[in-house]
Amino acid sequence: MPTYIKLTQDGLTTVEDPFTFVADDDQYIPPGDVILSLARFQTDGERLLSEGRAVGVRVTADETVESLAYDLPRLSVVALEFPKFRDGRQYSNGRLLRERYGYEGEVRAVGDVLREQAQFMLRCGIDAFEPADGSTPEAWAHAAGRFRHVYQRAADERVPAFVLRAERQ
Amino acid sequence: MYRYDTIDKEFVADRANEFREQVGRRLAGEITEEQFKPIRLMNGLYLQLHAYMLRISIPYGTLNAAKLRKLAWIAKTYDRGYGHFTTRTNLQLHWIKLKDAPDILEHLAEVEMHAMQTSGNCIRNITADPYAGATSDELDDPRVWSEAIRQWATLHPEFSFLPRKFKIAVSASAKDRTATRIYDIGLAMRRGRNGELGFEVMVGGGLGRTPYLSHTIREFLPTRRLLSYLEAILRVYNRHGRRDNPWKARIKILVNQLGAEEFARQVEEEWAKSDHELVDLPDIELARIRGHFAKSFETLPARSEAFEAAKAADPEFARWTRHNLHPHKAPGYAIVDVSLKTPGLTPGDASSEQMELVADLAERYSLDEARVNYQQNLILPHVKLEDVPAVWRELKAAGLATPNIDLVTDIIACPGLDYCTLANARAIPIAQQIAERFADDEKAEEIGELKIKISGCINACGHHHVGHIGILGVDKKGEEFYQVTLGGSGAEDAALGTILGPALPYEKVAEAVEQLVEVYLRERKDGERFLDTFRRTGVAPFKEAVYADVH
Ligand code: HEM
Ligand code: SF4
Repeated sequence: MPTYIKLTQDGLTTVEDPFTFVADDDQYIPPGDVILSLARFQTDGERLLSEGRAVGVRVTADETVESLAYDLPRLSVVALEFPKFRDGRQYSNGRLLRERYGYEGEVRAVGDVLREQAQFMLRCGIDAFEPADGSTPEAWAHAAGRFRHVYQRAADERVPAFVLRAERQ
Repeated sequence: MYRYDTIDKEFVADRANEFREQVGRRLAGEITEEQFKPIRLMNGLYLQLHAYMLRISIPYGTLNAAKLRKLAWIAKTYDRGYGHFTTRTNLQLHWIKLKDAPDILEHLAEVEMHAMQTSGNCIRNITADPYAGATSDELDDPRVWSEAIRQWATLHPEFSFLPRKFKIAVSASAKDRTATRIYDIGLAMRRGRNGELGFEVMVGGGLGRTPYLSHTIREFLPTRRLLSYLEAILRVYNRHGRRDNPWKARIKILVNQLGAEEFARQVEEEWAKSDHELVDLPDIELARIRGHFAKSFETLPARSEAFEAAKAADPEFARWTRHNLHPHKAPGYAIVDVSLKTPGLTPGDASSEQMELVADLAERYSLDEARVNYQQNLILPHVKLEDVPAVWRELKAAGLATPNIDLVTDIIACPGLDYCTLANARAIPIAQQIAERFADDEKAEEIGELKIKISGCINACGHHHVGHIGILGVDKKGEEFYQVTLGGSGAEDAALGTILGPALPYEKVAEAVEQLVEVYLRERKDGERFLDTFRRTGVAPFKEAVYADVH
């Protein structure tokens, strides 16, 4: 089974991936847990969910999470696709999923996912990663933990500098 | 000025360590130049025509002696003994070695400086009124808000991969000394009807190949809501700005495609959905930041006899005070502009010795503060009038007392073909030729305020669109030509210039400027600046003079 990096109670670890990604032009949907495109989810999602499978949706950078709003409670995974590491739209999608829609399932970064983005991703509520640069969980954790401080609130639990300062006074 | 606390210090130290590790991976060949590029760009390191260039951030243009000395030392130790102050009030070093870059960042961190977010598609260094905290016409010190923005924008998790770079300017006076209208976001402080302070929020300005002045999307935003509102603007831009074509990716394009009203509506809608209290700084933090900028001035008489006597005794000094001195809010003090525009030299360049001298003067005479403005000059913001003659003598001895602030020789020019891979034409030699033609201080004074701005290509790093006279390098069949525009302004009367006529060859540019000035001197009425005369007469008389010999 393929693996990916996930933030668990034990920190960032390698876990097996129970999901199969079904491309839009795949006629055949394999048994078990699947991740679908947004379009495919809209046609087949209902049926697959009713079969008792865990279903995830893969959102491209052109798509917005608003279109998933009502389905979120039923989704096990939202996979955010980074077409290029330079494309920052998914950071907004990640924050909206967590902060505006209160989504508690897995938010997974897929595509051009490099360790230099680790901290940004974690801060925007992404808790699972399919690194394109072969990063190990250790490398990922190292990159994500480089900065002892942050200056703003985001979708994670980190306490921003201005709060720490007020507490110290 | 703002001083780092432990948190800020640890932050820049972490940044320097991170970069050392990343450079190590690059030097060891673990990552390719392509993979390394975005990393180095996040630390202000560009690859240029001859070497690496490092752009060091000078937040809102404010420096103290220790910082300026450190910059001087870095320029001497790792570069060729000089640096280039830019129109974004940063310092560029053009001859840096990759292996030295991590050490440089560490030295910068020692004096509470960094090179973060001086390049890349993120929120760049914040620009503020260079006279902040010194001028009497401000509603508040704009640096308080600039520092708040700087911290909020630092490694912002959502906005570090924007469609394109993003620049914010903050002004708190009616007089616009920061060119707020040509920024992605310009913030101009206003007082509301009930006396409350707020910002007029302007979005979508920018130069480059499609120049736009910004649109006001909100007349009045209470100051304490600044960060949450910025977050809403940035979110709309991050999600909807174009990413398919870097030339159409700036927020100005989005604002103009949607229309300012629709853009404003989307921002307001996003803002309404967000929890402002989570984003906006609490009063206690704003007060902490504000405390860093408070300065106490001595109680002095408004008039200094020593200063008056020096002016009466020395016409050269008197001339310099007419152009390089500006009124200070505290009686008996003045703001001193230090020109980096000596005719014949590169606009904005300063040698390490010159930086050291200005650092000494800042420490001895200006409450340990110096500034950089977007005209690429330096400023000593708090000098006692009685000390001004001594300051002038020392500046003069170092070649820093050119009496030309806002005059014809106070030219903005980008690096152009001498340094820049994108250039069509040289910019610096054109600036030098023009400056030499007007090197006579008396003549320059007679001409009065005249802002010439030169860019070596359409990217407009030299702000040519908003020059009273703008000069743009273009390529015609491999030869350097220059398109001249008239009537632009980056100040409170902001406007984009009008094209004078067909582009001129390299040899003709300085002469054409002289002809334009002659027309102005002939046509001007009482008290009119070049810009006023041009706006009254239109382009015709100017065009006629420059192209007369072509007929
Ligand atoms: C020498 C190497 C440089 C290169 C390759 C370069 C490149 C560019 C490019 C490509 C743009 C257009 C970006 C866009 O519109 O999205 C730009 C804009 C700009 N550059 Fe430079 N630049 C250089 C140096 C400088 C210097 C030395 C300054 C300051 C004196 C400067 C100031 C600016 C400013 C203010 C803008 C923004 C204009 C706007 O608002 O559109 N640049 N630069
Ligand atoms: S305007 Fe053009 S030539 Fe000048 S620095 Fe910018 S990119 Fe280079």
